Amino acid sequence: MRGATFARQAACAMAVALVATACGGGGDSGAGGEALSSSWTDPQNPLEPANTNEVQGGKVLSMIFRGLKQYNPKTGEAEDMLAERIETTDSRTYTITVKDGWTFSDGEKVTAKSFVDAWNYGASLRNNQKNAYFFSYIDGYDKVHPVKGEQSADTMSGLKAVDDRTFTVRLSQKFSGFPDTLGYNAFVPLPRAFYDDHAGWLAKPVGNGPYTVQSYTKGSEMSLTRWDAYPGPDAAQNGGVTLKVYTDNNTAYTDLMAGNLDLVDDVPAQQLKNVRSDLGDRYLNTPAGIIQTLAFPHYDKAWNKPGSVKVRKGLSRAIDREQITKTIFQGTRTPATDWTSPVLGAEGGYKAGLCGEWCQYDAAAAKKLIEEGGGLPGGQVKITYNADTGSHKLWVDAVCNSINNALGNDRACVGNPIGTFADFRSKSTTQKLSGPFRAGWQMDYPLPQNFLQPLYYTNASSNDGKWSNEEFDKLVDEANAETDPARAVEMFQKAEAVVRDNMAAIPLWYQNGSAGWSQRLSNVALNPFSVPVYNEIKVG
Amino acid sequence: MGRYVVRRLVQMVPVFIGATLLIFLMVNVMGDPVAGLCGDRQCDAATAAQLRKEFGLDKPVWQQYLTYMGNVFTGDFGTAFNGQEVTELMSTAFPVTIRLTIVAVLFEVLIGVTLGVVTGLQRGRPVDSGVLLLTLVVISVPTFVTGLLLQLLLGVEWGWIRPSVSSSAPFGELLIPGLVLASVSLAYVTRLTRTSIAENRRSDYVRTAIAKGLPRHRVVTRHLLRNSLIPVVTFVGADIGFLMGGAIVTERIFNIHGVGYQLYQGILRQNTQTVVGFVTVLVLVFLACNLVVDLLYAVLDPRIRYA
Repeated sequence: MRGATFARQAACAMAVALVATACGGGGDSGAGGEALSSSWTDPQNPLEPANTNEVQGGKVLSMIFRGLKQYNPKTGEAEDMLAERIETTDSRTYTITVKDGWTFSDGEKVTAKSFVDAWNYGASLRNNQKNAYFFSYIDGYDKVHPVKGEQSADTMSGLKAVDDRTFTVRLSQKFSGFPDTLGYNAFVPLPRAFYDDHAGWLAKPVGNGPYTVQSYTKGSEMSLTRWDAYPGPDAAQNGGVTLKVYTDNNTAYTDLMAGNLDLVDDVPAQQLKNVRSDLGDRYLNTPAGIIQTLAFPHYDKAWNKPGSVKVRKGLSRAIDREQITKTIFQGTRTPATDWTSPVLGAEGGYKAGLCGEWCQYDAAAAKKLIEEGGGLPGGQVKITYNADTGSHKLWVDAVCNSINNALGNDRACVGNPIGTFADFRSKSTTQKLSGPFRAGWQMDYPLPQNFLQPLYYTNASSNDGKWSNEEFDKLVDEANAETDPARAVEMFQKAEAVVRDNMAAIPLWYQNGSAGWSQRLSNVALNPFSVPVYNEIKVG
Repeated sequence: MGRYVVRRLVQMVPVFIGATLLIFLMVNVMGDPVAGLCGDRQCDAATAAQLRKEFGLDKPVWQQYLTYMGNVFTGDFGTAFNGQEVTELMSTAFPVTIRLTIVAVLFEVLIGVTLGVVTGLQRGRPVDSGVLLLTLVVISVPTFVTGLLLQLLLGVEWGWIRPSVSSSAPFGELLIPGLVLASVSLAYVTRLTRTSIAENRRSDYVRTAIAKGLPRHRVVTRHLLRNSLIPVVTFVGADIGFLMGGAIVTERIFNIHGVGYQLYQGILRQNTQTVVGFVTVLVLVFLACNLVVDLLYAVLDPRIRYA
């Protein structure tokens, strides 16, 4: 009897000890302290660097990877990370030297080859990488990723590893901004494990960033811990991050209020009214590199007549941006006055007020312009949007209201919802829309080039309205070839003025990123891509 | 009995093929899923073509359907766009939703039938009117209102439950979501049982049973309830399928990663493989439930025989 009691006591003591060490184990990850939990959405594509083109997957990549450059979370400027030197004499051939002492978290050294192989993998048509076009500036891209037919080469001829730490990149055209694009996730190096055991790597990605993946349950949770041997200067200030998949950002917000979650990086629109009283100064609302515009079907003759420019300008003047951003978005968007984003900064290419009077609300002027331009095609504009995500219906209806009021005509503008994003995209990318449609652009890297070339250059990848202008194309080419950054910015702004004078697309507003967090956290900030700067967050 | 079951099973085949074909066509009409895969930037033509080929989207729809069905019979439900096997998605989603459905059905049967019996026996009394009014309220308030309200009160204000269900979704955490999911059906079950009981109470066999001097509880459970349950069983049986497929709202509110969530994601991302795969299984569940209901009739009322 006594023996039994003793055994029970011993078992209890051991259990307590085990629990205690288990608790201790979570806490003693060095100076980092405890882990935090954050809301997440299931990434749309497999988690490969060159295959991830949305924020949720990008969030993970930016935690477990570091590339040649890293965008400063405050200024957005591209700063050297793994790159020791990026040298060029002609803006076409670049010699890149990789810093010594970096490894992947599985111990493999990061060499020039880690980059060359990863870039060739990303560009190869065979691997179906959705970000392959990022490598399209490199010589030989057309051989590994032809527009039609089979690829005729495995590697790009413009990419060569010279030695362990040096490689050269030859571009197919001059592009002075090229080094600044290298902070994008598609350009990170990859370890051998990625190619040798691809399925295994996807189940538990291995990178070279401040965090390592501890466990990954697809569709529900990813647990990342601080990598103690991380050689970089931006080591994690916390023990780790647990990303929890939420089906609805309202539930994530409710969980934050109930104390079950530490950080939400997408405060739902319905909560914007109470967020200040709920969270006080634990709420952040800062500009992100996202601009919303109304694009036009320039391929449609009705929108491409001599007077069409005036009609487009008139529509722009009929939209009361101040009112809509204040009432519908509770100030989480800022009326746009150019075609880039404030996160670029004045030196980086953002020019407040470049749009001038054309972006200012004036009902009388709007009416006059549209009449001078020959009236609305067919007497009515239909603004097409996808109704499944975002609160697009809300603002499209508001924009239409504004236009209808300005023109004194109840039927001048109506919304035209399309069920799913995929369907909306398939219609807009195949030029099947006959009126203006919503166009959102989130920057890939903080350069004015990224806000202009993909969207307005002739036949560019996201020029869904098929706008084409020789002068614009010429100015962009010249700006890309310009080696002096200040002069390049100037040229891009000249090109932007061409967009304005033709009103190729109506700028609506710049989007902000928002975040709310629990009392446990401090030092929370959002980077220009509206992703939390996880490694700087302090817990406790 | 055996022949009846076989005949029913054979009848299921055309229903199954028709239902899957319909879903397949409906998802296909929605347009090109590859267009949505690249976000706000257009997929370059070569990659898009390659992806279409990989997912078999470059073939005519009838051929896609035949290939798909051929694969389904070998247990291959295809791959979702994020690279996961649909069977893998199913193996994580179905257990969760089945647990949720079990909780909901238990609530439905236990609370619904009990309330139904109580009110049916006390027709016209205050208890009866009270429950009738309550069920009317439950039926008329949409599920998402009940769900959000309970989540806010119990989860945030009073802190009795966690507002969201963790990824392992144990039974304990599913009680409130299950109650929310069951609420409307529960009200119907109550009303069905009540009417049925009230009607049968006046029948001859009940009067005989009372005249024989049987104890009251025996009269109620053995004679009255057994005969009154047939419409209720029909309803609950059909409801199991509805609950599993229709859990989208409840699963979204409580962050449950079950069938509703996967279906919703599949539709949003226009992922034919996911949607058709899950709906196929749901169709099977529906058919199986119907069969079980029909067989249960014979158990409840021996006069019903199947040839």
